[in-house]
Amino acid sequence: MKIVKINKKNWAEGLDSLAGSYSLSGPVKENGYHNFKKLNKGELPDFDFLNTKLSSKSFVFPQSEVMLEYSLDETADDHHIMKEVKKDYSKRAVVGMRPCDAKALMLVKMNFDTADYQDPYWLNAFNATTFVGLACDNPESTCFCTSAGCGPYHEDGLDVLLSDAGDHYIAKALTQKGEELLSAAKWQESADASVMDKKKAEAEAQIASTVKTDQLKKKATLDLHSASFWDDIAFACINCGTCTYACPTCWCFDIQDETKGNKGIRMKNWDTCMSPLFTLHTTGHNPRGDKTQRVRQRFMHKLKYFVDKYDKGIMCVGCGRCIRQCPVNIDIRSICDKMNRYEPAEQSE
Amino acid sequence: MNNPYLPYPVRIDDIEIATEDKSLRTFKFVFLNEGDEEKFAYKAGQFAELSIPGVGEIPIGIASSPVEKGFVKFTVFKAGKVTSHLHNMKVGDVMGLRGPLGNWYPWDKLEGKNVFIIGGGFAFTTLRSSIKYMLDPANRAKFGGIHMVYGARSPGMILYRDELIEWEKRDDINIHLTIDREAPNWDYHVGLGPNIAEKVGPPGNDDTYAIACGPPIMIKFTLPVLEKLGYAKDHIILSLENRMKCGIGMCGRCNIGRELVCKDGPVFTLEELNLTPKEY
Amino acid sequence: MIGYIEKIKQISERLLKEGTVESVVGFRKGSMPMMNEPCIVKRPDKVEALVWDSNCGINLTNYLTNRKDKIAVIAKGCDSRNIVTHIIENKIKRDQLYIIGVPCKGMIDKRKVSGLAEGEITSVSEDGDAILVKGNGFEKTVRKSDILQDNCAICVHRNPVIYDELAGDLVEEQKDVNRYEDIEKIEAMAPAEKWAYFEELLSPCTRCYACRNACPLCYCPTCFVDESKPQWVGKSQNDMDIRTFHFLRAYHCAGRCTDCGACERACPQGINVRQFTKKLEKDCLELFGWEAGMTLDERPPLDTFKADDPEAFIK
Repeated sequence: MKIVKINKKNWAEGLDSLAGSYSLSGPVKENGYHNFKKLNKGELPDFDFLNTKLSSKSFVFPQSEVMLEYSLDETADDHHIMKEVKKDYSKRAVVGMRPCDAKALMLVKMNFDTADYQDPYWLNAFNATTFVGLACDNPESTCFCTSAGCGPYHEDGLDVLLSDAGDHYIAKALTQKGEELLSAAKWQESADASVMDKKKAEAEAQIASTVKTDQLKKKATLDLHSASFWDDIAFACINCGTCTYACPTCWCFDIQDETKGNKGIRMKNWDTCMSPLFTLHTTGHNPRGDKTQRVRQRFMHKLKYFVDKYDKGIMCVGCGRCIRQCPVNIDIRSICDKMNRYEPAEQSE
Repeated sequence: MNNPYLPYPVRIDDIEIATEDKSLRTFKFVFLNEGDEEKFAYKAGQFAELSIPGVGEIPIGIASSPVEKGFVKFTVFKAGKVTSHLHNMKVGDVMGLRGPLGNWYPWDKLEGKNVFIIGGGFAFTTLRSSIKYMLDPANRAKFGGIHMVYGARSPGMILYRDELIEWEKRDDINIHLTIDREAPNWDYHVGLGPNIAEKVGPPGNDDTYAIACGPPIMIKFTLPVLEKLGYAKDHIILSLENRMKCGIGMCGRCNIGRELVCKDGPVFTLEELNLTPKEY
Repeated sequence: MIGYIEKIKQISERLLKEGTVESVVGFRKGSMPMMNEPCIVKRPDKVEALVWDSNCGINLTNYLTNRKDKIAVIAKGCDSRNIVTHIIENKIKRDQLYIIGVPCKGMIDKRKVSGLAEGEITSVSEDGDAILVKGNGFEKTVRKSDILQDNCAICVHRNPVIYDELAGDLVEEQKDVNRYEDIEKIEAMAPAEKWAYFEELLSPCTRCYACRNACPLCYCPTCFVDESKPQWVGKSQNDMDIRTFHFLRAYHCAGRCTDCGACERACPQGINVRQFTKKLEKDCLELFGWEAGMTLDERPPLDTFKADDPEAFIK
């Protein structure tokens, strides 16, 4: 695949050319931090960030998404019949997501694109989007991507990988979609691939934080589930949804109907396994009614159930958002290590 | 791409009060669109999402049997938001049906085997579907002996009573009905289901499978009975319930360990369940 | 403040050894700068893990709700006032509790500190009023008073109001503080301006409910936003539903809120959620002369009736 050099002087112009055929989004600073926003005409993505507050998962999995619609007007022929809503899946591009967010997309895809069922909302948005990653030359102390199956120059899930090289970007097309985007932007000046390799090695060396995951698969589910450390881990947790909403790999959702007058919509909303409501039965029985059970579910899902189910590593890309945003500093790194080294006989606290 | 969230439109064709306390009603649905019934082809043991626009969806086991054509039936206990609404709906009302969902009782594995069915209370729905399926002239020869114990609080709380009393007269199924306490004009067993199962149940062996479906308390007392009767853990088949939304293994809430009750279940063997956290 | 920790450990160890309590709720060192993690210590040999510094802003009363054991808790001024409210509201019994009082000089606002540097803050240490902040190629000493949480800067109850033992000498309370400058500004706005202000304020909200869940007052078994029969509030990102949550939560805390700031500290989006609760707190002070959690002898004003209750607002 092609590698090109984009002189920063040609950056705005290239994006402007893209804006003709793509709807563009990128990181924008608001309220003191960066998040993804749709870019207005002429607006440039702001690359002066470590990572965005929320991940880029919203592009394929918005926090609230209308799926179906209905009419309750009994004089209408189709009352009480669910209809698909018309959706716009025209070409769009996200410019400037971190490689960890892209890798997360590939993990989440396994949930939404299965042999039996395909979630059309997730997949149509995914197929319509070209993902342009921005390699991470300046990781945070909470980044542990390299030990979570990812890395600052990881390519999985991206269509283009950009690397900031001072007065220019090096852009590597990784897919056909990526090639098309580079052509549409008229970025064609050829670049030296070895520069990127060198920068990649430097960036990876900067990741100071790691987790150990090599033993997780070997552990018996029920041993880990009944491990003695869960109460201690869960004590501080206030059961808010911060970690799950910030996480690029958390995919759980709720389905809700909302009616206004005679018209209504059925929508998908992010949900969180931290909420007791998530699993509450109508009878009042709750299989995960205690805080410890919910905290355990989150980490067991990411670090054990997922590992066993798909054999693709952990359901975590090491972006560190949950660590940075948790109001009470629950740290997945230490929990992962605890799980990885747990032996059933061990009586640890 | 098929949209698995889009329900088939159905019309309520009939509503029957299923128990004397009126807490259960059996809804018979017919598909509004030609071809949808074929697309909804199901096996006994599966469930579907009953989908009421503006109210929500509820996963319910399919009570009709694949051998019954032209309709699908669900017997629904009035409990939460959606089921309470459904209980107030009328014949002719239009709503949605999404499915069939989940796995089914292992009909391939059960061929040539004896089947012992233990049901309790209003969890008898998919068991009814299963028995109807096995008793069908086209299928009966595929199975060995069929034994059944079904317990309810009182005669009026027994689901599908007329049908069961008809079946009871047949000689190709061995039916034991029981109620918790004595009642007038009751000619069958009196006593809790698991106790009756212990007395009348066929012994467990390689060629005999038990399918148990009922409230948690019944399951709790039935499992030791089955063990005593000699059933191996991989010959005990159970059907689980958990809170669900999507029904297609995506929304994430119904898991027990790595298994999703909605997609990998709801039917599991005891052997499988013993490998998962008891989060149901 | 960091000087308290040895005393806290001594007291905790003694209480656990003597069996006065079964557990001690406090903080242990977090893995991030300016973060400590609430923890529970059950064995005297584990009290070493306890820490106390200016990063203990989470309100520990939140961890006492409905506990059945005999328990010691480390309480700043605001925590102690919430403990009072908890006792009045039967969320815990006084005789179950051993309150280790901590006179407080305020907690550090990690957002203010993060705003000091362009890159990541890697360490923050304190020496009295001097806070040393380090980042990648960055080092700066700032005065603690310049980076206090907003609620701490205007706090007039730094000393615990209820305690069994103190971990340090009582501190001087701040005087002549205008607690409501920000609220007065909002009150002065025209309705449309106010509306726009709230809209802007709440626009980053993801409804993670960290504010609610960090709040010791929000102990309802089922919060009104979680009710399904009937469902009062939609669950999407609809603006009106988000506003409904924040406004109603504030009203539910009226006369009970101590302005401990846990909600604001917990918010991952950095929303100043105290703007809502504080208006109600101000109203309670002005209308009823009431400050929450100052005495065990009186219930919050919206919980009781008095013949001379103000009624000018009833039209």
